[in-house]
Amino acid sequence: MRPFAYERPTAIRDVVGLLGVHGPAARLLAGGTDLIIRLRDGSIRPDVVVDVKRVLDLSDAISVETDRLVIGARTVMTDIGAHPVVRRDFAALADAAMVVGSAQIRNRATLAGNLCNASPAADTAPGLLVFGAVVIVVGPTGERRIPLDDFFVRSGVTSLGPGEMVAAIELPLPAVPRGSAHVRRTRRRGHDLASVTLAAIVEADGVARIAYGSVGPRPLRGAVTADALLDANLGDEARDRLLNQLFAGASPSPTSLRASPDYRLAMLRVLARRAIDAARARLEAGPG
Amino acid sequence: MTDLVSVSVEVNGRLREVTVAPHHTLLDALRDDLGLTGTKECCLVGECGACTVLIGGRSVDSCLMLAAEADGLAITTVEGLATGARLDPLQQAFLDTGAAQCGFCIPGQLVSARALLAETPRPTREQVEEGLAGNLCRCAGYEQIIEAVLRAADPATDGSPAGAPARPSGEPHPFDVANVPDAGLAPQ
Repeated sequence: MRPFAYERPTAIRDVVGLLGVHGPAARLLAGGTDLIIRLRDGSIRPDVVVDVKRVLDLSDAISVETDRLVIGARTVMTDIGAHPVVRRDFAALADAAMVVGSAQIRNRATLAGNLCNASPAADTAPGLLVFGAVVIVVGPTGERRIPLDDFFVRSGVTSLGPGEMVAAIELPLPAVPRGSAHVRRTRRRGHDLASVTLAAIVEADGVARIAYGSVGPRPLRGAVTADALLDANLGDEARDRLLNQLFAGASPSPTSLRASPDYRLAMLRVLARRAIDAARARLEAGPG
Repeated sequence: MTDLVSVSVEVNGRLREVTVAPHHTLLDALRDDLGLTGTKECCLVGECGACTVLIGGRSVDSCLMLAAEADGLAITTVEGLATGARLDPLQQAFLDTGAAQCGFCIPGQLVSARALLAETPRPTREQVEEGLAGNLCRCAGYEQIIEAVLRAADPATDGSPAGAPARPSGEPHPFDVANVPDAGLAPQ
């Protein structure tokens, strides 16, 4: 690994200060499960690594407020997957957190890091997109709130500005009962990146939505609501038309080693059905 | 050249001070600075689990952590699993079931299994498979490893399929724990 300096600030303002001084020569270290690999393979070559794990005003916990759930930027996947309110009200996110990497990875990897890495295949992204997540960002000019849909730009690129960092991720609490589920396709069982990753939500008032990833440069929300997929009597033609609309944004890469574009587009449709069925089953089973 | 970092860690119950370069990993520090070579270096991308250690009771890949990040933390390596001359029940079960073939992955498997059993004392086979999914065995000796973990969790059942002959448990083994650095120091 190429040498770098190590900083371990204890306050968000000091992290922002270091980012201001060093600019792109500084990289933030949270869980490190992506960063250390990239430091080692030389694909990033920072002069300074800023460890944010001892930043006292950056939470490592999940809090439930009146109308929202707040996931601190240092919260790791293991704690997200095990949290009772996440499991009850944001089941698709709990599902996704528990398929990231292995136990060792989930014990270190943070949700904020997963989002900042901006991998099109990030399993947590569809689950957060269907729930309307908002990214809380702090920077030199204070705090701003970025809807997750506006946070992702393309693979490896977010809308974070110079000197900005993620402080938390917020999810609105459900207004009506709902069920949700995350499903994915991988080349093999176990520890693998997703060839297709998808989350669905079904609400008691008949609204269904999906979000998906690993089929283009960034994760996407379904372009329309998927309510009609709940109708068992929906004709083949109408279903195909709806699925075409839903996945209008999918543009899988023809050069990917993981799966061909045709396979990915076909699997999107299969996974949409499975996730909606699973979400509906959870809604019918009720909380708990 | 960047400044060295002074790191104070509790390893297997003993306070250790090391001075490391910021780009050295926890794995480097354990093996090269502290001589604890039970923790293995293998894939260096967090896929194989050979470098697994416990931090605050949770399993992590020490190849994906800077040594500097460990400052002030409590770490358990495979050397810290035995208590005095007594092996951890998992170590004994691995010996009894012949779970080690070439042996290279076994320290990581043991440490991950220790974390699993601390969280889930009586895991199902599926929970063992998931708990050890981050530990690859290049000999593909997974059946015996899973059997060993199930047996350690519940010595009354030998972890093998119904009808299979149970192997003797707890027999003396020529392995000498006295030769292992840090054995007997942890867990405290």
